Amino acid sequence: MVGSFRAELLKLGKRPATWLLLGIALTLGALFAYVIPYLGATSGTTGATADRGLAATLPANIVGNTLGGYPVFLGALLVVLGVLFVGGEYGWGSWKTVLTQGPSRTTVLFGKFGVLAVAALGFVLAIFLMGTVASVLIALAEDASLTFPSAFDIVRGIGAGWLIATMWTMFGAVLGILLRGVALAVGLGLVWMLAVQNLISQLAAPLLPWVDSAQRGLPGPGAGALVAALGAPTGTPGVSALMGGGPATLVVAAYLVFFLALGAVVLRRRDIL
Amino acid sequence: MEPVVCEKLTKRYGEVVAVQDLDLSVRAGEVYGFLGPNGAGKTTTLRMLLGLVRPTSGRVLLHGRPPGDLSGVGALIEGPAFYPYLSGRDNLRVLARYAGVDDRRIDVVLDLVDLTDRARHKFATYSLGMKQRLGVAAALLKDPQLLILDEPTNGLDPAGMADMRTLIRRLGAAGSTVLISSHLLGEVEQICDRVGIVARGALVAENTVAELRSGAGLRILAAPLDNAVAWLRLLLGPAAVAVVDGALDVTVSPSRAAEINESLVKAGIAVSELRTRERDLEQVFLELTGGESNGR
Repeated sequence: MVGSFRAELLKLGKRPATWLLLGIALTLGALFAYVIPYLGATSGTTGATADRGLAATLPANIVGNTLGGYPVFLGALLVVLGVLFVGGEYGWGSWKTVLTQGPSRTTVLFGKFGVLAVAALGFVLAIFLMGTVASVLIALAEDASLTFPSAFDIVRGIGAGWLIATMWTMFGAVLGILLRGVALAVGLGLVWMLAVQNLISQLAAPLLPWVDSAQRGLPGPGAGALVAALGAPTGTPGVSALMGGGPATLVVAAYLVFFLALGAVVLRRRDIL
Repeated sequence: MEPVVCEKLTKRYGEVVAVQDLDLSVRAGEVYGFLGPNGAGKTTTLRMLLGLVRPTSGRVLLHGRPPGDLSGVGALIEGPAFYPYLSGRDNLRVLARYAGVDDRRIDVVLDLVDLTDRARHKFATYSLGMKQRLGVAAALLKDPQLLILDEPTNGLDPAGMADMRTLIRRLGAAGSTVLISSHLLGEVEQICDRVGIVARGALVAENTVAELRSGAGLRILAAPLDNAVAWLRLLLGPAAVAVVDGALDVTVSPSRAAEINESLVKAGIAVSELRTRERDLEQVFLELTGGESNGR
């Protein structure tokens, strides 16, 4: 298992797409969580999201503000990462090359899952660091308070972000396995993240009470409720306090375990063609 | 213990039978050629040996163990497949980690396949022949006792093919068992101790190359030719005698050579040459496989 983990780590670290996705995540995170809200607040505009104000971008709100992207757009990037990392083995035909070196399918897959979990933590920490730098710069520019959340809140926020990010990478990994490739898996993963989730919460749930109840058992709303419980601005796409932080954590964790198990079972049962 | 044993191995994909009741055994230390036309079931069989594909029925044993434990087994199946964004060396580093092999082995196998100079370059920039050589290098990483190579000379130029044959012969001479699949008869003829011929998913012949080629009959140079033809047709039947390029091709057991020679001489026919006529492997192959290529 250690050998497979080290092999996967080398593959992920040397893959340009990994760093491209991280760069995009940091750029979009900085843009939508700090730059645009700050410019809006300082220019005195009165748009629909103007109520966030300058306070949301200050160090005191760093946990909620950096977590806000995980239910949708950061989540989508992590799904793409998971698909590329696992689905790529089908595209290149490299499963046979790996498996003929001797490791079992389960060993290889859990090596991949382990590395994806590490990558997800790296994304979360990098985005938190970006948020820290951005919020401090804004506080200094505006001569505002440099008060940070408690260490407990920070660790809890990073932990929640890691859980959600890992769950999305596993979602991508399972799509790659089920669809045995990259293109269709990325396409369907993004359709789910960017379209279907929004249609369910914005269109179907207000019309049908049973959909409103059922969506609480879906991964996106679970992630949205979890980050909302930790202070993410509720105007952010996908962020909605549909349930408390405890149940939301359970929903996200349940999907993480489900994706791990589904990926392992399907990969073990199928022939490698 | 034989390194490779298949018993009644069968693989079906729905209605399509890829491999049917295949019995195969490869002896320790031999270079075994697995011959067959495209689509005969060679690659499917090799995939079952390596645990990549589950048999519908039958049994596979590698070194007496069921598929799954590939310690001491190296393989290249159906073309080289690597990570295009990694260099040749980094691809081997990744595989060495999976295999639990020390990185120092990488230099050894790169040297064996003559790829040291290009090891730093990305796999995506390699020619087909270089990719194939990297595939063989990966198969050699574990210094395997059993090497399974599926069409290892695909994409190689003549010099590369000769190098590959030399490497395979050297591995065989060093005590490794090599199972090599191919549809190139000349290649198999040059390097294999024994050959199994597969057609339509079933093993139709298994023997040494020499034995497969032998036993076809006798070739006789005799004068006068017309008298010799008439005499032999009288002796063996019209269908057993044919005139080819001024000589007689006689379909008869080579063990009767002395008897036939004596008979011709007693009939007043001068025999200037009499030898066992060997079929070429291509002829054997086409006879056994029916000349088919079903593209399966």
